[in-house]
Amino acid sequence: MSEQNEFVRSVADKKYEFGFTTDVQTEIIEKGLNEEVIRIISAKKGEPDWLLQFRLDAYRYWLTQAEPKWGHLRMPEIDYQAISYYADPTAKKDGPKSADDIDPELMKTFDKLGIPLEERLALSGMAVDAVMDSVSVKTTFKEKLSEKGIIFCSISEAVREYPDLVRKYLGSVVPPKDNYFAALNSAVFSDGSFVYIPKNTRCPMELSTYFRINARNTGQFERTLIVCDEGSYVSYLEGCTAPMRDENQLHAAIVEIVVMDNAEVKYSTVQNWYPGDAEGKGGVLNLVTKRGDLRGVNSKLSWTQVETGSAITWKYPSCVLRGDNSQAEFYSVAVTNNYQQADTGTKMIHIGRNTRSTIISKGISAGKSENSYRGLVRVAPTADGARNYSSCDSLLLGSECGAHTFPYMDVRNNTATIEHEATTSKINEDQLMYCNQRGISTEEAVGLIVNGYAKDVINKLPMEFAVEAQKLLSVSLEGTVG
Amino acid sequence: MKSERQYIELYNEASSLIKQKSCPVMNSVRDAAFAVFEEKGFPSRKVERYKYTDVDAAFAPNYGISLGALELKPSKYIFSFKDSPIDLTPYYNKVADGSDALTALNTALAHEGLLIYVPKNERPSDPIKIDHFLRGTSATMMNRRVLIILEQGAEAIVIMNDRRISPAITEVEENGQQSHPDDTSSLTGREGVGRFLTTQVIEVVTKDNSHLDLYEIEETTPLCSRFSNVYIREGRDCSVKHNSITLYNGQTRNLCDVYLEGENSEVTLNGCAIGSGSQRIDNNTLIDHKAPNCQSNELYKYVVDDSSVGAFAGKILVEKGAQKTASQETNANLCASSQARMFTQPMLEIYADDVKCNHGSTVGVMDESALFYMRQRGIPEDDARTLLKNAFMGQVIDQISLEALRQLLYVKVEKRFRGELDKCEDCQLCK
Repeated sequence: MSEQNEFVRSVADKKYEFGFTTDVQTEIIEKGLNEEVIRIISAKKGEPDWLLQFRLDAYRYWLTQAEPKWGHLRMPEIDYQAISYYADPTAKKDGPKSADDIDPELMKTFDKLGIPLEERLALSGMAVDAVMDSVSVKTTFKEKLSEKGIIFCSISEAVREYPDLVRKYLGSVVPPKDNYFAALNSAVFSDGSFVYIPKNTRCPMELSTYFRINARNTGQFERTLIVCDEGSYVSYLEGCTAPMRDENQLHAAIVEIVVMDNAEVKYSTVQNWYPGDAEGKGGVLNLVTKRGDLRGVNSKLSWTQVETGSAITWKYPSCVLRGDNSQAEFYSVAVTNNYQQADTGTKMIHIGRNTRSTIISKGISAGKSENSYRGLVRVAPTADGARNYSSCDSLLLGSECGAHTFPYMDVRNNTATIEHEATTSKINEDQLMYCNQRGISTEEAVGLIVNGYAKDVINKLPMEFAVEAQKLLSVSLEGTVG
Repeated sequence: MKSERQYIELYNEASSLIKQKSCPVMNSVRDAAFAVFEEKGFPSRKVERYKYTDVDAAFAPNYGISLGALELKPSKYIFSFKDSPIDLTPYYNKVADGSDALTALNTALAHEGLLIYVPKNERPSDPIKIDHFLRGTSATMMNRRVLIILEQGAEAIVIMNDRRISPAITEVEENGQQSHPDDTSSLTGREGVGRFLTTQVIEVVTKDNSHLDLYEIEETTPLCSRFSNVYIREGRDCSVKHNSITLYNGQTRNLCDVYLEGENSEVTLNGCAIGSGSQRIDNNTLIDHKAPNCQSNELYKYVVDDSSVGAFAGKILVEKGAQKTASQETNANLCASSQARMFTQPMLEIYADDVKCNHGSTVGVMDESALFYMRQRGIPEDDARTLLKNAFMGQVIDQISLEALRQLLYVKVEKRFRGELDKCEDCQLCK
């Protein structure tokens, strides 16, 4: 306990551990957004014409739309023309890039973040795709994975190497016209990961993408596409950090997941973007569209998220349960402190028969933050025997924060069973008293109780992440008791 | 669709007539309220609180406005606004949320108001019962306005009943047709017969240490649309119980806002909604905890059958500083047919930390094993289903504290599930 507390204290003194910037020569295109910019991005990536058209269509649609306002959020005005849509830290020279070509500064950055880009660190047993700003820096274990037929590379590479696969699935789960930010992303998306697991393959290691925003005045618009073919399994992790800056940075990503018959995908996120300082200045605006399409029978998708960073988090990782007997899970811990705001949750759209979904959401708000759970459970007339269980708990630490629950249920089938329950309370005085009596200080006791409270979700994370997430929780809540 | 057009025209034409029939307190805010309505128009489904009801479509038919006078038995506690014993200016349209478009429309069009006033420390010996009868041969719109004021230490039980009456039957018989007034198909070509639209605004003020038990029971016809907005403001140490029972209707939209403004107050919202055919029932509630140490309890149950649609949205808002709030919200629903649709949306919005708030919501099916158990013992399936529905709804009716009414409602709910309630009492055709 004391050892962990030491760690907490040391980290908390630094406030945000990953707030450094890397001094690396970065090619940034002019600020602003117009068709020309999109053409430049597309040309830089050497994209085929269909993808350019895909981008332009999305952009033209985006122009006709207005920014949504329905979130329980105080959004700062985003000036889309003041952002640079492409920043490439690897662009130091032309020609093909090999591992040796990577700027050592970049390698150092990821080392500092604790991300093993060297394959000698194979012990970690994790394949990593590291993305800084708009470009994927390096993907490890590619060869080893390709032996099994697994494709794990950056999406730009996938567009070049596997155009048919990308064309088939890109935008099939989140269409470019899905929402305002999805349209924006579809128009200007830069890098992200592409994963394809062939039939009847169990991915031998955890796949992981690490996102880092480095350059100033840029936005990150990553795009991830995961296709898990029949009878396969993959566990995918996503982590993210950004430097401390006074201005807000925009992060508008899309994650699409396709799950075929009898396949299973586990997607875990530990989101730790820069949350802004204690006065609420700066921080990342995390406006993400994540959706999984359970196309096959008996397919399974599980979202696990630990949200501790970002000034604003506005995202709903969703599942479309199309295949009969498919199963979806959503486990979330969202922590907000200082002036952070989160409006997050999930959507479970039941279409297939005997589909089941579980939602476990734990919100923790402290300081002057606002934390909302918003979720939708829809049961279509075709979804006979659908079953949903949702449980959302909110914990309030401090009298100036807010915790809210907005669940929506729309049931059109009389064989469906839907249950929802939510509670909001502060930390139980009895539990605190019990700990105090036994010589545990209030601060430690709060840490203990919060960790116990979030355990349901943390336990769903892969080992390496679980430890990190637990530490993050303690750090995020440092100084909230008193 | 722009239904508000005809109401704007109606107001421009009829406002002087309405004003003439009305009283100064109502006229003083009338034009301002109309301006709000004119600016806002009917709320679209994009407005969060009107997500589940197509207001525009409900107001689209051409309704004539009813300017009939209130028929009141002389009573110590019931008055029309004209005969009010107190100045109503501090209350009228002040308790309500004037920015709501439907409240504004009601304020603009209502020509008479009903006041229930209980002076300090008084307690009427009998419950106050108000019956609303819908009668008319053409499509008619009613704009009802009620103000309930309980002074310090007062207590009251108020029952409001939306009743069916079958005047249309006379009309039908005159025309030599033998069909039921509820049967819309027979009314083709004679659109609007027996069709009613009611807007209602009830404003309730309970001053310190007063207690109110308010019942709203709706048993109308599938041709009736009802838009009711209830606003309750509670002082210190008050308790209010609001029971909303929708037994039989066409389209119902009930909004109920409760503001707990004084410490140690309590509110209980009870709701029972039974839908069949193509009925629509939409309940939207808000409990706003403004003061510390208050309690709220909310229980709404729905049974939706055939192709009826039920919607429930309940928000509990705990404002900054409203510490020691205890709040419990439950919404349980039974979908009895494959075409029925249920929306439910229980919400918590909390800005204070020392609180205990829970909500639970379920949508489910009838317990097959319970049905099987009963059928094994010789109970026909239909009866077994009725029994189960009855038991399900019983939980809400159990909460009703007025013994005689509770017993009556047990019977009515059961009749409703047996399909007997929609047969009108004095109707030749139904016998």
